[in-house]
Amino acid sequence: MGATALLLALLMSLAGFCLAKEAVEIGEEPWVEARMLKLSEELRCLVCQNETLASSRAELANDLRVEVRNLVKQGKTDPEIKDYLVARYGDFVLYRPEVKPLTWLLWFGPFAVLLGAAGMGWLYLRARKRHTARNALSAHDRARAEQLLNPVDRP
Amino acid sequence: MIVELGHYALILALLVALLQGVLPLVGAHRHNWHWQSLARPAAVLQFLLITLSFAALAYAFQANDFSVLYVAEHSNTRLPAMYRFAAVWGGHEGSLLLWLELLAVWTVSVALFSRQMPLAMVARVISVLGLISTGFLLFVLTTSNPFERLFPIPLEGKDLNPLLQDPGLVIHPPMLYMGYVGFSVAFAFAIAALLAGRLDVTWARWSRPWTLVAWVFLSFGIGLGSWWAYTELGWGGWWFWDPVENASLMPWLCGTALIHSLMVTEKRGSFKAWTVLLAISAFSLSLLGTFLVRSGVLNSVHAFASDPTRGVFILIFLAVVVGSSLSLFAWRAGAVSLGGEMAWVSRESVLLANSVLLVVATAAVLLGTLYPMVIDALNLGKLSVGPPYFDTVFVPLMVPVFFLMVLGVRARWRASTLQEWLHPLRRVGVLSLLTGALVAAYLGWSWGVALGMALGAWVVFGTLEPAIERLRKPGRIPLSFYAMHCAHLGMAMVLIGVTLVKGYELEKDVRIAAGDTITLGGYTFALQKVTEVPGPNYVAKRAEVLVTRDGQTVTTLFPEKRRYPSSAMPMTEAAIDTNLWRDLYVSLGEPLNNPAQEWSMRFYIKPFLSWIWLGVLMMVLGGLLGVSDRRYRRAAAVPLPAGATAA
Amino acid sequence: MRKIILLPLILFVLLLGFLAIGLRRDPHEIPSPLVNRVAPPFSLSTLQPEQALFSPEAMRGKVWMLNVWATWCAACQEEHPVLVSFAQEGLVPLVGLSYKEVQAADAPEGKPFTPEAKLALARQRSLAWLRAKGDPYSLVAMDLDGRVGIDYGVYGVPETYVIDKQGVIRYKQIGAVTPAVLAEKIRPLIQELNRS
Repeated sequence: MGATALLLALLMSLAGFCLAKEAVEIGEEPWVEARMLKLSEELRCLVCQNETLASSRAELANDLRVEVRNLVKQGKTDPEIKDYLVARYGDFVLYRPEVKPLTWLLWFGPFAVLLGAAGMGWLYLRARKRHTARNALSAHDRARAEQLLNPVDRP
Repeated sequence: MIVELGHYALILALLVALLQGVLPLVGAHRHNWHWQSLARPAAVLQFLLITLSFAALAYAFQANDFSVLYVAEHSNTRLPAMYRFAAVWGGHEGSLLLWLELLAVWTVSVALFSRQMPLAMVARVISVLGLISTGFLLFVLTTSNPFERLFPIPLEGKDLNPLLQDPGLVIHPPMLYMGYVGFSVAFAFAIAALLAGRLDVTWARWSRPWTLVAWVFLSFGIGLGSWWAYTELGWGGWWFWDPVENASLMPWLCGTALIHSLMVTEKRGSFKAWTVLLAISAFSLSLLGTFLVRSGVLNSVHAFASDPTRGVFILIFLAVVVGSSLSLFAWRAGAVSLGGEMAWVSRESVLLANSVLLVVATAAVLLGTLYPMVIDALNLGKLSVGPPYFDTVFVPLMVPVFFLMVLGVRARWRASTLQEWLHPLRRVGVLSLLTGALVAAYLGWSWGVALGMALGAWVVFGTLEPAIERLRKPGRIPLSFYAMHCAHLGMAMVLIGVTLVKGYELEKDVRIAAGDTITLGGYTFALQKVTEVPGPNYVAKRAEVLVTRDGQTVTTLFPEKRRYPSSAMPMTEAAIDTNLWRDLYVSLGEPLNNPAQEWSMRFYIKPFLSWIWLGVLMMVLGGLLGVSDRRYRRAAAVPLPAGATAA
Repeated sequence: MRKIILLPLILFVLLLGFLAIGLRRDPHEIPSPLVNRVAPPFSLSTLQPEQALFSPEAMRGKVWMLNVWATWCAACQEEHPVLVSFAQEGLVPLVGLSYKEVQAADAPEGKPFTPEAKLALARQRSLAWLRAKGDPYSLVAMDLDGRVGIDYGVYGVPETYVIDKQGVIRYKQIGAVTPAVLAEKIRPLIQELNRS
């Protein structure tokens, strides 16, 4: 009786070992998961205040992630998947706005401003040089100033 | 009774603020010494009144006085005492009171630490601060009164937003507000100088330490906010380019440009108008941030509950403050002198480039933040502008800033030569490129990592080299020297941390049951069990995760999922093990309710993430060292020649 | 004085203008790209009769409305009386789309949750709810997993669509249908669509 109990306990502990396993990733295939995550990081969770589809735990976000996984498995490309979602939810769902005339100001604006500001800075430095050159002390004035500031004949 | 006292104190403070805002200013204009000398006492009186009001609200929280609507909305009897204090600024009305309190603190500091300035100047500065305070007091008393009563009095309050029940969130708003409000001092100095028609080197010298302290607080506040997001939100991120985050970054970028521009104005008398404009802009961006967060105009996780009336009030306030200051600027700033000579290659020109780059970066962030609203306002649709945009646009703009850091330190004032850069920097340049290439090759090639590491190494070597050279020479080294190098090294550390984390972080999102393990990056995480643990005002599910590496135990982590009775969404408390080389980050998701009793969990390995926080601390230290420099402390002891009080 | 010194002020006034307009907008409202496009096709089981299926094509030639709802949705409860009284007028047929009525948490202990079991539970709940609160729907299609909802760009129930005789979506209401919305937007649209 004691031996049976011992054997049973041993078997059960072994069974426990067999059941403990390497945890499985939520999405089954790593390559699907990787693509889904990369896409979802640029997609917006529509029911959250401001979160990506990748990180949100909302119900709709879960559903949309499943949808994206399915689309990836079907072999759709990234642009096709984005178009699929935009057709249903509008541009709002993209965190990276498409480059189209509506967003030219957004994408090219900063660099245009940079060029403009750099140009203004250059013009400023140049105008400045001319101005200070005009107002610079003449050699005579400079010598007088030197003398006044550092009188040589101090005891 | 105490609550009534607090309310009356606020009303009195409004009257004092109005007097403080008007009389000394008029007195400075009319050379009326009596009115000018009202400034300091008014500032002190306002400080006492607002502090009384703040204390009254804090008392109401500690005493669980639910007859006050604000207390009932943001606290309950089970809330730990520390959070009952922090709840004072947990909502819109109270956070405005915090703003007012800190503005009063800054104003009274200016009143106390300004003995060496002429009275007329002090009077103007304190007046401007008084006018700002008047605006905020009007706002609070008309639309956002924290002392409003609630009847019938509930037995129990609601709760402080669980997201805010964290030590980081206790000090993050005060630090941030110290920064925002601190830039109002730089603003006040700028306006005072414009009003006096006295935009000179001494103004820059007085203004600089105040601006630096504000910058230090803002840097610390932003860093804290980022750190808190990392530890609290459970998705492993620390910066999302959320509109409210951007609202704090913009004044910071402008403020950084300002402290560098002030250097040129103080040393060479140049860039006066530009520096004044930067001072006005930094504070304007603070006010704009206040508007964006409280008006409901933008989609953000941070936004306070929005109310259109409040939005309109702040908008009008913004219009008045910024509109009048920019008008004053347009009127008066044209007449300033240009200052000294400046060669094409000189420290001044490098600092000018720094200003331009930082201002363009600020403009880019502003554009991205407001674009969705602009497109919507024009009825052209709804779009989102998120991290992919900001990362693409902001990073290239900041690359030259890092590059110039090294050049600027080497360049001499007035005139420098390319030779002075090219020769000594050859070594640093080559070393940096090598470092970038080697690190990327060793850890897994990526151009982003190579560039980031090369740039980081450039700043590190390019900063250490002249520092060591200088240290070898005899002679006293001012604190400002250490300050500059410390701050620049801090920036480099942040850059290196960000580069390596983004380049090499690992993540696994798994279904896991007790007894299972997962391996990631050489570490093995074993979920031991998930138990239920009650807290003071929540119930948590706590997971125990044993982390081993090569068979050796590294640590045990306890991520939690907390349910607060007040919130439908459960709170994630991520478990993090930090050291200098990597963070191990585990967050508990949802139970999957399947036969295997699995939970969803996320595991991250984030290399060098702590360098980001250390870098921010270095920058803060650099700023503090800069303020402690002797020249600011000595200035108080220098006696002024007679007649200097007339402005 | 050079004119460029006025630039900051000019830019600021421009910004103020946009902020002022922005105050009147709701950043949470997302307009649908499906307006003026053909309603996406689907084929779903109906609430009653149990063996039938419903497709939007069946409504061609009529102006009709599709209302997305669920018994767990609080706003739907508020909207329901408005729909019931509107349906009584018999202006247009109102088709309900029962959206994700059954959730993972409803799974029976220990047993696998089969699609048939899910459908049965959803039907049971919806019928009970409609019997208690009134039934404005000419029929209800059961979207258990929310896939049709995704095709229709549903992101928060309740949502309502007005669809014309050619099967093109002409209007989407996000959030509850109120008497004001009915009066200002929906009734005029239905009148116009019925004329063509």
